[in-house]
Amino acid sequence: MSHDTPLTILVADDSETDRHILETIVARDGHRVLSARDGREAVEVFEQERPDLVLLDALMPNLDGFGAARRIKALAGESLVPIIFLTSLTDTESLVQCLDAGGDDFLSKPYNRVILQAKIKSFNRMRAMHSTILDQRDQISRHHEHLLQEQTVAKQVFDNIAHSGCLDSNNVKYYLSSLAVFNGDILVAGMRPSGSMMVLLGDFTGHGLPAAVGAIPLASTFYGMVHKGFAMSDILREINHKLKTILPVGIFCCATMVDINFRRQQIRVWNGGLPPGYIRRASGGEPEPITSTHLPLGVLSKQVFKDDMQVYDLAWGDRLYLWSDGIHEARNAEGEMFGEDRLRAVFEESEENATLFDRILGRVQAFAGEGRRDDDLSLVELQMDRPEHINAVAAEAERHNRSTLSEWTMNFDVLPSSFRHFDPMPLLLNVLVEVPGLRQHSGDLYTLLSELYSNALEHGILQLDSDLKSSAEGFTRYYELRQERLAHINEGLIRIHLNHSTTDEGGILRLRVEDSGPGFAEGARVPAVSEDGQAYCGRGLALVEKLCDAVRYLGDGNEVEAVFSWRSDA
Amino acid sequence: MSPDNHLNREVLGTLQEVMEDQFPVLINTFLTDSEERVRHLQKALAARDSDTVRRQAHSFKGSCNNIGAERLASLCQGMEDAGRAGELDGVEQQLVEIQQEFSKLKITLKSFAG
Repeated sequence: MSHDTPLTILVADDSETDRHILETIVARDGHRVLSARDGREAVEVFEQERPDLVLLDALMPNLDGFGAARRIKALAGESLVPIIFLTSLTDTESLVQCLDAGGDDFLSKPYNRVILQAKIKSFNRMRAMHSTILDQRDQISRHHEHLLQEQTVAKQVFDNIAHSGCLDSNNVKYYLSSLAVFNGDILVAGMRPSGSMMVLLGDFTGHGLPAAVGAIPLASTFYGMVHKGFAMSDILREINHKLKTILPVGIFCCATMVDINFRRQQIRVWNGGLPPGYIRRASGGEPEPITSTHLPLGVLSKQVFKDDMQVYDLAWGDRLYLWSDGIHEARNAEGEMFGEDRLRAVFEESEENATLFDRILGRVQAFAGEGRRDDDLSLVELQMDRPEHINAVAAEAERHNRSTLSEWTMNFDVLPSSFRHFDPMPLLLNVLVEVPGLRQHSGDLYTLLSELYSNALEHGILQLDSDLKSSAEGFTRYYELRQERLAHINEGLIRIHLNHSTTDEGGILRLRVEDSGPGFAEGARVPAVSEDGQAYCGRGLALVEKLCDAVRYLGDGNEVEAVFSWRSDA
Repeated sequence: MSPDNHLNREVLGTLQEVMEDQFPVLINTFLTDSEERVRHLQKALAARDSDTVRRQAHSFKGSCNNIGAERLASLCQGMEDAGRAGELDGVEQQLVEIQQEFSKLKITLKSFAG
């Protein structure tokens, strides 16, 4: 809206002479004129036509100028409709009355064309500015609303991911502000299938959305891997790599990660950039600090990232305290920070461990004072307790039994027409890695299965002699024969039998591979004898023996069983 | 200001410029308007309605100022003051003066109205 735009101007005056003069001046300048003969008419015309500016005589019959001004201002709402009072009233009281009624200016009689033009122009400029301000205000409030909406959505997504864990376990106490994710603070806790608990407290650099974006990949990686039983070092490496890849330089995550093994009464801690956490022994004594020995997550490349951890043996009832720097940096009214010394003092004066968490929090909040608290405080207490006391351990065992493969048996027969092209390894391996703890052994399992299978196929079904492979020519001959016999084979069977059961520490997988060949009895294969008296066929089975706890031959030697046991807290 | 201060020729001249062809119409409007005002004043005065006297005199004064009829405007001012004070005694005399002044003005202005 330019200030030269023609306006619609309402002239309200009961004197026909005065009205005529004004109408003429205003119309001559190119504006559209509306007329009213009294206050009531002025309000009516205003309602219908919404003029941009009103010239209003003060003394009129049927509602005077003051009353009309009040109604018009109310009708105009937040849009600026300047009202210029036409008056020859000169006493201060009358002028104040005009202003009180909402008048913006005065024009006295005799009318001066130049002055009126100047006033119209300047009010038009003001109107333009006012409407720009309103537009911008609305825009800002729309943006603000949008931002809040985005934050709400982001927080929902984040909460769905972050709270899928076991923060509600009875050995965990924590405090996080409701919008902690936008302060860059993140706390995740999950159970591994083995029953150990992993906790990660992180503090991303920055505030607002930039600080929050990294939290989602961190949490989803953490939970995805913890539930599948990955080792802590793998999880740290993966999170570090992911953050390093997706976050811009300068945004990273100071973090402490803890693996609590309740059975072994041991914790392993990795601290990269967070203030030292404290171990508080149930038996009393000074708190033991666990200081940062690493760079934050998302700083170093894969190649130079270090995943070495500090290991502590904890007794039942020992507690571990972790915090982000919000505790240390909480400021009082004088701008002084809470600091490490005050934190240590809370530990030293507290005899009772059960209330220590609340004391720390209370002390920091009291220090920071009302209204300034809670924004940046993140505090976690983790307690070492007997696994049977911890509800998250029970829940994990329950979930584990219900929803994952633990105890099972499977038979899989490969028939002649499949010998030529079908490779059963990927299929079987897919089944095996469904057992959470077996995933990390998939490489070994692949070797085991494929050695046993090819042994059964080549020696059992195809009757190939592994001695052939002792010379270079023989090696070639061996594979020629293999091709030839595969092409013509039309009978036989390889049966793969898998059986898995769980133990306290992990599980046992039995792999039995049986072929329809004649076995040793027929003399088709002459088993060599290893040092410990066990028979083996070629270097393949030597490798199998090395990977397994036990390898035995059953039946006539056409059946091999390998026993592979694994531990979940490797 | 003209020496007789009945009519400010400068104000009237400016008005003539502004109004152009509308000027004669304006003059006629003023004359009709003013006759109306005088009648209203008479009525209000007869009814001893000092507030209406004040309002009518005030509005009349404004129009007079716009036309440049300064003497008439100041007579109206006197009446407005009396109305505001609620002192209507002797105001009839003022109304007579207003009527006389208006009659003189009418003759002068009619020459403009063509």
